[in-house]
Amino acid sequence: MGKILMKGNDALAEAAIRAGCRAYFGYPITPQNEIPAYMAAHLPEHGGVFLQAESEVAAINMVYGAAGAGARVMTSSSSPGISLKQEGISYIAGAELPCVIVNIMRAGPGLGGIHPSQGDYFQAVKGGGHGDYRMIVLAPASVQEMADMARQAFVLAEKWNNPVMILGDGILGQMMEPVEFTDQPLPAVEKPWATSGAKGRRPNLVNSLDIVPESLEQRNLALMRKYERIRQEEMDWEEVAADDADIFVVAYGTAARAAKSAVDIARREGIRAGLIRPISLYPFPDHPLAKAAERQIPLLVVEMSSGQMVEDVRLAAQGRTTVYLHHRMGGMVPTPQEIAEELAKGCGKKVQS
Amino acid sequence: MTTVFKRPRALSDTPFHYCPGCTHGIIHRLTAEAIDETGVLDRTVGVASVGCSVFSYKYFDCDMQQAAHGRAPAVATGIKRVLPDTIVFTYQGDGDLASIGTAEIVHAAARAENITVIFVNNAIYGMTSGQMAPTTLLGQKTATSPTGRCVEANGYPIQISEMLATLAGSAYIARVSTHNAKHVLQARRAVIKAFDVQQKKQGFSLVEVLSTCPVNWGMAPREALRWMEDHMIPAYPLGEFCAPKEGQTHA
Repeated sequence: MGKILMKGNDALAEAAIRAGCRAYFGYPITPQNEIPAYMAAHLPEHGGVFLQAESEVAAINMVYGAAGAGARVMTSSSSPGISLKQEGISYIAGAELPCVIVNIMRAGPGLGGIHPSQGDYFQAVKGGGHGDYRMIVLAPASVQEMADMARQAFVLAEKWNNPVMILGDGILGQMMEPVEFTDQPLPAVEKPWATSGAKGRRPNLVNSLDIVPESLEQRNLALMRKYERIRQEEMDWEEVAADDADIFVVAYGTAARAAKSAVDIARREGIRAGLIRPISLYPFPDHPLAKAAERQIPLLVVEMSSGQMVEDVRLAAQGRTTVYLHHRMGGMVPTPQEIAEELAKGCGKKVQS
Repeated sequence: MTTVFKRPRALSDTPFHYCPGCTHGIIHRLTAEAIDETGVLDRTVGVASVGCSVFSYKYFDCDMQQAAHGRAPAVATGIKRVLPDTIVFTYQGDGDLASIGTAEIVHAAARAENITVIFVNNAIYGMTSGQMAPTTLLGQKTATSPTGRCVEANGYPIQISEMLATLAGSAYIARVSTHNAKHVLQARRAVIKAFDVQQKKQGFSLVEVLSTCPVNWGMAPREALRWMEDHMIPAYPLGEFCAPKEGQTHA
């Protein structure tokens, strides 16, 4: 099939349905409202369940119940709503249930604003809720990737029995771009642990409680081993103009789109700039950054936050190269021009505009 | 030889962890008997809550999910919506259901969610060692109302059954007690009816079961039963607050 012009939120919802998502639970919040509206309009015709919950807290616990019952299930929200879901996400991670959670980030803190932001990076990649756990976190940078990652998120969730978050922002959710969908259905995955009624077998239990420290520590260690395997297998990133780069800009999502244009501007000015775009934020792709740091190539991190991913970039660089930050906040988006100027500074040059 | 009394099939062969004199064990048994009676054990999914009944997943011999504090009705909704042919019940205490989980229980009832809720009201937080609950009686002393619950500081006890019965989605709401054999048998009939209502897809069903907490009430078991009869029943009158009409369905 050909390409269709679609909003990012709609494309994500359509791709989720095509991937076999058959249950959605959510609560209204801007700028992700197209996702529940699309699910309400289209899930029932595929035999799926759409339910508007009384709160984000209830929605994520409905996801817990449905995932535990074996359904391919998702929820979506935006930053303040994602904060409310953290308790449930922790339980889902603890019970090792597969599900997809979409965060179309808006600016904070508090009620903040409704414009795009990347201020929830820490919350997404460092745990977010209580206790030791990780989500797999994917960062789309186009409407096509909003669709592709909706599908990929279900694959990863069911491969690892783990919650997967798609970390987008208000621009990715609201903008329209041509998008192509695959018609290849995602195969059903055996879930022998699901609570679907214990006919002909011993009862199943979906649970995160274990009050014996010796045994809970073993569970924690097993989770850590799983996260380590996820690190080995699921790191994903894109490199642009990397081969001869004297300087890299490091950015994800919407910031990476501006950064890509900035690389073009810088190259026209004779600055050999490249882009490293993390696609998986957890596991964080430290390999290409460590490689650049070894060669002492400066790393300019561009974020729509106070500077959160920059900490992971510094960890990857281990002090072997200069890591510096350019950032905008509050719903403001960095322009290619201002990023190009920062790239020039990093090389001791100036950009003619 | 004839067996006249045995463990219900829906209860596992696991000793309860409950304190001596606590009526949770009776209420577990009534729930299990209702599952046996309605013949739905192999398609039942139970949802355990947080509080004294947090380990109820060890005792019910069916598929179980353990829910976060107060969220059992939301978890049950998730299960029931994706597997409508299962029989889904939650087992929740009064701290869980009437305090932190009020939004979830009210909206499950309002949606006519076709699930069954066993609501155990002992007027106190048991597991966390005797704090005031929303159901604590006026004047009742607890760890966090050491001079007795007073209206000025803590307002009034919540009557969950009366409140939920005002909602159109509630098909069957009853309050029962466990202070003597006669009332245990009445409670048994109410719990069976609640499961029956779900089986007939008539909507939301809840049985509020008054229960003792001798340890945190600071009473001997027999004294606790008497206190329940003398003080709790006047504050929480027994009876059916709503019941489905013949042939009524929501689903």
